[in-house]
Amino acid sequence: MAGSTLEIKNLHVSIEDKEILKGVDLTIKGGEFHAVMGPNGTGKSTLASAIMGHPKYEITEGSVLLDGEDVLEMEVDERARAGLFLAMQYPSEISGVTTSDFLRSSINARRGEGNEISLMNFIKEMDSALDYLDIDKNMAQRYLNEGFSGGEKKRNEILQLLLLKPEIAILDEIDSGLDIDALKIVSKGINRLRDENFGCLIITHYQRLLNYITPDKVHVMMQGRVVKSGGPELAKRLEAEGYEWIKEELGIEDETVEQKA
Amino acid sequence: MTVETKLPYDKEYIDQFSKERNEPEWMLELRLQALEQADALELPKPDKTKIGKWNFSQFKHTATGAAIQSLKELPNELQEFLDQENAPENLLIQRNHSVAYNTLSKELKDKGVIFTDIFTALQKHDDLVKRYYMKDAVSIDEHRLTALHAALMNGGVFVYVPKNVEVEVPLQTIFWQEDPEVALFNHVLVVADEGSSLTYVENYFSHNEKEATVANVVTEVIAQDNAKISFGAVDNFAHGTTAYNNRRGVAYRDATVDWALGQMNDGNTVSENITHLVGENSLSNAKTVSVGRGDQTQNFTAKIVHFGKNSEGYILQHGVMKDKSTSIFNGIGKIEHGASKANAEQESRVLMLSEKARGDANPILLIDEDDVTAGHAASVGRVDPIQLYYLMSRGITQEEAERLIIHGFLAPVVNQLPIEAVKNQLTQVIERKVY
Repeated sequence: MAGSTLEIKNLHVSIEDKEILKGVDLTIKGGEFHAVMGPNGTGKSTLASAIMGHPKYEITEGSVLLDGEDVLEMEVDERARAGLFLAMQYPSEISGVTTSDFLRSSINARRGEGNEISLMNFIKEMDSALDYLDIDKNMAQRYLNEGFSGGEKKRNEILQLLLLKPEIAILDEIDSGLDIDALKIVSKGINRLRDENFGCLIITHYQRLLNYITPDKVHVMMQGRVVKSGGPELAKRLEAEGYEWIKEELGIEDETVEQKA
Repeated sequence: MTVETKLPYDKEYIDQFSKERNEPEWMLELRLQALEQADALELPKPDKTKIGKWNFSQFKHTATGAAIQSLKELPNELQEFLDQENAPENLLIQRNHSVAYNTLSKELKDKGVIFTDIFTALQKHDDLVKRYYMKDAVSIDEHRLTALHAALMNGGVFVYVPKNVEVEVPLQTIFWQEDPEVALFNHVLVVADEGSSLTYVENYFSHNEKEATVANVVTEVIAQDNAKISFGAVDNFAHGTTAYNNRRGVAYRDATVDWALGQMNDGNTVSENITHLVGENSLSNAKTVSVGRGDQTQNFTAKIVHFGKNSEGYILQHGVMKDKSTSIFNGIGKIEHGASKANAEQESRVLMLSEKARGDANPILLIDEDDVTAGHAASVGRVDPIQLYYLMSRGITQEEAERLIIHGFLAPVVNQLPIEAVKNQLTQVIERKVY
């Protein structure tokens, strides 16, 4: 079988002793696009951050495996080099470090010592990706995310995604704050990677992104769990009818993780 | 406190020193007067740093150094200061207290630009030096160290750019303290006459790890009306040198004095960079970066004093502290009465890399005028774990991610240095000091 497999099993995650995820199970294989949807405050972004190893999140139970390897035992940089990528909802601004230097360091980190990309090839790849995403070439020389608009930050995340070519990518609300033109460009970038070696987990609470990127599977999160899964038609129904019907169906009153057990 | 340590150099010594160099009479008088004052004056009192026990009196006062015929004769560590592809046209290398090398392009000579060592300047441009030497910027009697400096001045450079002459190529100086025991009482005097402009870059360099000595450096930078001076420096005295480094700028009407200072000494250091915005519409951007390591104690002051209406001063101080080093960063914006519409902005940030290091950022605004704008920002903290997480999430190791963040933090000054080689050299010094 081609590509990698990310298995999330019974994942429980806390932040400052408050449990946010209460047993998430998901498996993403190479070639598959999964969408995780749900209202605000249901744990979607926590899932993304916990898989990548955000320092504020504590895993209290469960496991995350990438091709059978225990991801949770790895440092953040090791997770990335193993093939994981997270397009962040709020990427950090790093003053004094140009986007281009950062990209090159990232690419070389994945390629490993002795196998660094040549400067010429790097510039060629970067320029072509910048063009593809309709990003101003000046961005490469600007400091990483510093003073970037919301839309520029999102495009920069997708630029990194195109250049780093991970096996499994998680996109955390990559569509938030984007106008329709930017949304199309970002979607175009993501769709370019679609092949049997690439798996993707798209986190969003709007269906509109899924008009441009068709998911193979759709999952709904509420109260820190996946409460319903289905095909692309599930996303369509959510767009048409909202989340109320799921809550009724499952007898959920407050869908957020705030709910009292 | 009265000074107990008696200087090993007296009136007779100074008299002889001055005469051997054929100095003009006024200079000898200035020295002798300063020596007298030095005894009575106290040491400066840098905020929150006690320097009473620092070595300011143990040193050897003079040493010569041989001239070189070609830059190839320089040791590699000094070659690094020079653009290899773009051979510097305007360069002065002071080896101990001798001029080892000095070039100035014919074009600039023809335009009347002066770029020479201070002793030659005292011979050939006596009037000009006398007009500016410790007059507009630094006074002899500010404290004991300025007086000692004036009494014992033993090296330095004089730069003069005549009216309306624009010097586009940087002038570069290397102060090479080759003898590990010799002190530098260096005086750098840079004058840009009305409507002129120049870029000047200097490096201080020594490798006296154990031998104790002193650097007492006074730099005066004068921008007459409508002149523009861009001043870059990398200080890199070794651990044995106790450094007092006073860089003072004066900007008259419509003039600009910009600073980019890499303060990379390894010994105890008091470094003050003060600019007086005397004229209307004068401007100064003062950017400094510092790294503290080992057990060194440092005190950095960046201060801009506004006298002129509409004057603008921007201070940026960034420091990185590791090991057991201690540093105080004072960022001071002072607006005098009458300097209406002045704008004083300052930012002092300190990045702590070790539990045992101490760093203190003190932003101070002193304002005696109503119609002004002013602002400051200060922080002392560690490398941001969320920034680290972001970089590491792309596969970059923690060590490399920290390196990127630290270099980025110091980039505002590194990037402003106008000579590529000096920029690279500062990057290397930072690399050496931080890792």
